[in-house]
Amino acid sequence: MNYFSSDLKVVGTRPIRPDGVDKVTGRAAFGADFVMPGMLWGKVKRSPHAHARIVKIDASKALALPGVKSVITGADFPDIPTEEAFIGEGPVNFRDQAYNVIARGKALYEGHAVAAVAATSEAICDVALELIDVTYEVLPFVIDVEDAMKPDAPILHEDLFTAGIDPKPTKPSNISKRVAFTKGNVEAGFAEAEVIVEGKWTTQPVHQAYIEPHACVCAVGADGQVNIISSSQGQFMVRAYTAKLLAMNISNIRATPAEIGGGFGGKTIVYLEPLAVLMSKKSGRPVKMVMTREEVFRASGPTSGGVIEVKLGAKKDGTITAARAEMWYQAGAFPGSPVQPGVMCCFAMYDVANVEAIGYDVVSNRAKVAAYRAPGAPISTFATESAMDDLARKLEMDPLALREKNAAKNGTKTHYGPTLVNIGYMETLQAARSTEHYRTKLGKYQGRGVASGFWFNIGGESSAAVHVAEDGTVVAVSGNPDIGGSRASIGMMVAEVLGVKADIVRTVVGDTVAVGFSHVTGGSRVTFATGMAATQAAEKVVEQLKSRAAQIWDIPVEAVEWKDGQALPAGSNAGAFDPLSIAAIALKSGRTGGPISAEVSLNAQGAGPGFATHLCDVEVDPETGQVTILRYTAVQDVGKAIHPSYVEGQVQGGAAQGIGWALNEEYIYDKNGRMDNPGFLDYRCPVASDLPMVDAILVEVPNPRHPFGAKGVGEVPIVPPMAAVANAIRDAIGIRMHHLPMSPPKVLAALEQGGD
Amino acid sequence: MSKHHVSTTINGEPVEFLCETQQTMLDVLRNELNLTGSKEGCASGDCGACSVILDGRVVCSCLMLGVEAEGHTVTTIEGIAQGDHLHPVQQRFLEYAALQCGFCTPGFIVATKALLDENTNPTESEIRYWLAGNLCRCTGYDKIVRAVQAAAADVRGEKVA
Repeated sequence: MNYFSSDLKVVGTRPIRPDGVDKVTGRAAFGADFVMPGMLWGKVKRSPHAHARIVKIDASKALALPGVKSVITGADFPDIPTEEAFIGEGPVNFRDQAYNVIARGKALYEGHAVAAVAATSEAICDVALELIDVTYEVLPFVIDVEDAMKPDAPILHEDLFTAGIDPKPTKPSNISKRVAFTKGNVEAGFAEAEVIVEGKWTTQPVHQAYIEPHACVCAVGADGQVNIISSSQGQFMVRAYTAKLLAMNISNIRATPAEIGGGFGGKTIVYLEPLAVLMSKKSGRPVKMVMTREEVFRASGPTSGGVIEVKLGAKKDGTITAARAEMWYQAGAFPGSPVQPGVMCCFAMYDVANVEAIGYDVVSNRAKVAAYRAPGAPISTFATESAMDDLARKLEMDPLALREKNAAKNGTKTHYGPTLVNIGYMETLQAARSTEHYRTKLGKYQGRGVASGFWFNIGGESSAAVHVAEDGTVVAVSGNPDIGGSRASIGMMVAEVLGVKADIVRTVVGDTVAVGFSHVTGGSRVTFATGMAATQAAEKVVEQLKSRAAQIWDIPVEAVEWKDGQALPAGSNAGAFDPLSIAAIALKSGRTGGPISAEVSLNAQGAGPGFATHLCDVEVDPETGQVTILRYTAVQDVGKAIHPSYVEGQVQGGAAQGIGWALNEEYIYDKNGRMDNPGFLDYRCPVASDLPMVDAILVEVPNPRHPFGAKGVGEVPIVPPMAAVANAIRDAIGIRMHHLPMSPPKVLAALEQGGD
Repeated sequence: MSKHHVSTTINGEPVEFLCETQQTMLDVLRNELNLTGSKEGCASGDCGACSVILDGRVVCSCLMLGVEAEGHTVTTIEGIAQGDHLHPVQQRFLEYAALQCGFCTPGFIVATKALLDENTNPTESEIRYWLAGNLCRCTGYDKIVRAVQAAAADVRGEKVA
């Protein structure tokens, strides 16, 4: 059933979120806030080298230290065969994941775990780490993507041969795969073009920089039953990885999701849980592990940096005849950069007859990348949307007009295959054009940039339950950690279906034994897919409530209707009965068939894609190269905003992260391949004084495949900002910046040299 | 080495605790006193998630030693509400959706309380610079700044929507 065309009473309003009071009073319990009786502390010994063979690990001195209860190395783990699995946000090879959690044979990046210790205090752990004696044979290393592809580059994996190339290579390489998507004939398209622009862009790895470091506490009983409490984007993901990496039965692990202090994709994989579980098993005591910020930067995955070449050809009227992009993404130490979605997203905003987009996944001696908000799309789109701006300038066209001329519409076939339906890209362009922002005048050294972005959004496997309590209040159970307000949106959809106020429904996140399987919180899928499961569960509850009312009244169930949270006789023929509230029906549920509840597990299809168009005004200080964001407007098609405040929050937060990516954030390495800026002082995320208000404009083109018309909203807002900022700088100073971040020294150098 | 005995006032209550010389106030709050509302995001004074009010000044409790609390007054996030009555800053954070994951929220609320104790009519710029020591990665700060503006109006006794 679709509700979005009906008169909605709860959906679209802005109630206070169910977990709100706990979070403003300090009561909300995050990963590091949990303790277990008799608990030990665990810490990780990490490689100081970017690339080294582990010759020998001698833990005897550490084990002799009073208070040390366990020391583990890679040798304590079962060897995992190569196996692809879809658990996190994208395909993951279990063996690579196992080798990333703790090194076997070689340490592949500075910060790679080589051993772990559990002891009675953190201080004893620190001493013990120093006493673990690791003998390394230091190997040549490679950090940058272009260096890693050179013929004489140090090879990370002797068993890695480039996939996607015919004939199959005979020599190992750091290029793990090539992916390509084509549509039409790109050469013919360029031959047709009257105007051509091209360029080469680069981006640096950036970290999700969630404020909460990874944390867990784990206990293994003598019977092999495992309890894990941890901060993650998926309790079922934690359960599956831990089981797989330790060769345990999945059903023997109960994973409880703590409140999660931000993830943005970075908590869709595990780092600590398998280590803590193994040390708990060996010591017989619970083990708590919490990363330091430095460990988060050095050892948990940022997203890729990339090199992207783009060429666009167009007719003088602005019709794009051909678009080509080729890109190389850093995967970190193991294959699996988000280059494929980068390739797929970079031209998806446009209806272009001839497209070729090619990508390469390249390993190097850096921490393995993890998902980060619309993984891959911001990197490629920075380049393609910068090129679009160059094209608009060359054509002397308004940048919104160029995008309107070529905008993807319903029925547009993308270069990667699917045909787009129910999309609202054009609507975002029109909404951007009609803003007051787009018409304001700019001063000297000020400029305005426009950029758009695309993200697929996904559905997938989700579970949710709705239970009616004895007093008629309602508990909704979601299978997904709530990372930014999904308890609110899920509870609101349940309330709408039941016809009750939002605060009658208490929405909680279930652990792995409380609710059916749910895929991770990622891909902008939870309000769409888990919300769909919750909506269907609520519909089943309504059917039960009607059936119970029919029993109480002794009339056929077809003669009962449900309205405003009450059962009513469907008409005068049904009989004259006073309405029955949920509370009245619940009170008698024991006599009418027992508890009233329903759980729905489904594999949601039909996620509507996300499109966004951003406007950015900047001012460049010609003396320092400092770029100030003067004004920012983010327009997005959100399908239907279930809780508009939290939708706006996603849009504003994504834009802010993108501005940080554009202007300041980057991984800096020293000459030994060690990260030089593993802290918030030197890895510069935007702070409040760096930003203006971010105007979020929500365009609502409902997705008919969702009961309330919802589309995922969390990821696409980080796709346009880098190009929007670069295009604004271009407008302000007449210089095209090709390399992120556009930090003051780079902008100043570009000003002095007349180009970057 | 023996532990230090520290007498202090936390959230209006007299509190005594034992700590090691090197233990930070954040460690004492979280691991000795079970006041886990103050968060550790960096342990280097950059993120502000551990903000507490020490004798009226906002400090990062990760940069303060437990022994330095001797004879002083500390307010943590657990001491901002009066029983079940939320402080206007807390109430406005809820109404304005000024939190997403909620991990930085205690630090922001403590820092904002200290701001409004000192200045009940801050400009947007004053709010943004006062809170520049608190990192939020989810919200982009827009709704936080608006919530602070609304809370300031409450503290001034003005009626706002």
